[in-house]
Amino acid sequence: MSSLTRSLISDADLRRGRGRLIYRLVLGAMAVAFVLAFIFPLYWMVTGAMKTPIELAQPSPTLWPTEWHPETYLEAWRRLEIGRYLANTAFYALGGWLIQLIVDVAAAYALSKLRPILGNVVLGGMLASLMLPAAALLVPAYLTVAEVPIFGGNLLNTPWALWLPGAANAFNIYVLKRFFDQIPNDLLDSAGIDGAGRLRLLWHIILPLSRPVLAVVSIFAIIGSWKDFLWPLLVLQEAESQTISVALSRLASTGRVTNNEMFAGLAIASIPMVVIFMVFQRSILNGLSAGALKG
Amino acid sequence: MTVIAPQSSAAVTRGTGRADAPGGPGSARAARLRRRIGDNLQAYAFLAAGLLCFALFSWYPLVKGIILSFQQDNFVTDPIWVGMDNYTAVLDDPLFATAWLNTLEFTGLALLFGFAVPFVLALVINEFRHAKGFFRFAVYLPVMLPPIVSVLLWQYFYDPGNGLFNALLSGVGLPTSDWNQSPKMAMVSLVLVSTWSNMGGATIMYLAGLAGIPGELYEAAELDGATVWQRVRHVTFPQMRFIMLVLLLLQIVATMQVFIEPFQLTGTTNPETITVMVLIYRYAFTINHDFGMAAAMSVLLFIVLGAFSALYLRLTRKAD
Repeated sequence: MSSLTRSLISDADLRRGRGRLIYRLVLGAMAVAFVLAFIFPLYWMVTGAMKTPIELAQPSPTLWPTEWHPETYLEAWRRLEIGRYLANTAFYALGGWLIQLIVDVAAAYALSKLRPILGNVVLGGMLASLMLPAAALLVPAYLTVAEVPIFGGNLLNTPWALWLPGAANAFNIYVLKRFFDQIPNDLLDSAGIDGAGRLRLLWHIILPLSRPVLAVVSIFAIIGSWKDFLWPLLVLQEAESQTISVALSRLASTGRVTNNEMFAGLAIASIPMVVIFMVFQRSILNGLSAGALKG
Repeated sequence: MTVIAPQSSAAVTRGTGRADAPGGPGSARAARLRRRIGDNLQAYAFLAAGLLCFALFSWYPLVKGIILSFQQDNFVTDPIWVGMDNYTAVLDDPLFATAWLNTLEFTGLALLFGFAVPFVLALVINEFRHAKGFFRFAVYLPVMLPPIVSVLLWQYFYDPGNGLFNALLSGVGLPTSDWNQSPKMAMVSLVLVSTWSNMGGATIMYLAGLAGIPGELYEAAELDGATVWQRVRHVTFPQMRFIMLVLLLLQIVATMQVFIEPFQLTGTTNPETITVMVLIYRYAFTINHDFGMAAAMSVLLFIVLGAFSALYLRLTRKAD
């Protein structure tokens, strides 16, 4: 492919008189539309928390709070126990990420480099689970977690109810295996002669080379568990164990929470994700783009 | 990891120990065999945790779900086989047709907005020579929010009395609406918030696809005198066909499992918005706890979605 980079409309057309005017107009209109559609709702949420419940109940909404009450955030934190739910969510997300990474990296390494007999059957069985819509497994998976076969025990209301099913992530294993496949075996063989064990090969050679793919898998694992709703709703029914999403849904239905406190709760629940997005914007969007191109 | 280490080192010593043993070619073959077994044991030691998680939380529930759909189980006494009773009960439920029609309506409306809008947005953003980063950031921002936040926020926007939407509509002299509280607009309200919070992903993926179209194709088309629209039709569409098809399938599978929007915005008992997932939830997790009926409905949903998933997997694996 030559270095010709152009898109639908050539640069020349966009620079000429009428083209340039239209370009400016469309660009400006889109920028305004995007700010209104995607940024303004977040502004509304953050400032809504600082209005009084009376101001929020007025039939004509105010763009700018007439009185500022930033202390609502503290009240919501205290009264709605937002801190506890935030800590729960972070704990579930980080623990789930760690377990997912250990289990899936080990499995992908075995399938890619150790290639045991029936390895392809195992991989096929795992990939087949990608075809299972999460919804279809919901009820039996819930019953399984409530009474784990062979091992016994009830995982409901414990972190394991999120962590163990989360580790069965065929997509992660597939992505990791494909990356490991590209690492030349010669590299491992030459290290293997020195008597390096399998685990050390993984730790000292494979993992350092796999940083980019590990980063993408990690970010998406954490985002995924932060956003998850239906599964935590089912398996975390005790209030103290709930994630912030489930707790907000429950609090919203009780009707005992004032509107401004609810806005504060929504904003606090969003902050970690918005921060992650700002910091890892490039990895997230590029990871998504790479996924789109490979299918 | 600590569980794996001792086992794998044991396997190594066993393998090499045998290789040193004296003997003829027969024992060399035996040594190779032992070495093979050792390697496999090691490999399965690395696989063990993954296999266990899949076996317990993916493969077993699949089988259990199918079995459960033919059983009556109260989880106190032993389950009873009831043949097709759960299926006939599900089919006889007047809500069965309602739930499927609502789900189809949601999926159809969601595709109408959610399929066309991201493509057009991506097409326009891709032509911008400025601020592309901002557009990519902004459109994906709602995708980052926890879905319950988006839904609860829009619940405030929809509020018929003091919501933002009605204030804006009446401000410019347009008729207002009761949105999620009106039978007519309930489904549209769900689709709007769902589209707002999800369309960023498709937009980013379309942008990636558009960036991969070779510039020569547009250049050649332009030299042949093709207008902008003709270039879209004869260059962009054919080049984007694959990714559009993949996203279409993904979107169908995702939207047919819609739950959180009806659950939070209109409630699980609203006949206007009961979807298949809401009905499964109602069977299993409200008063009756009829897991058999829920399992039967899940199997039906699985068959429908499985067809789309299989098609998707075939398409993407062929592309590899």
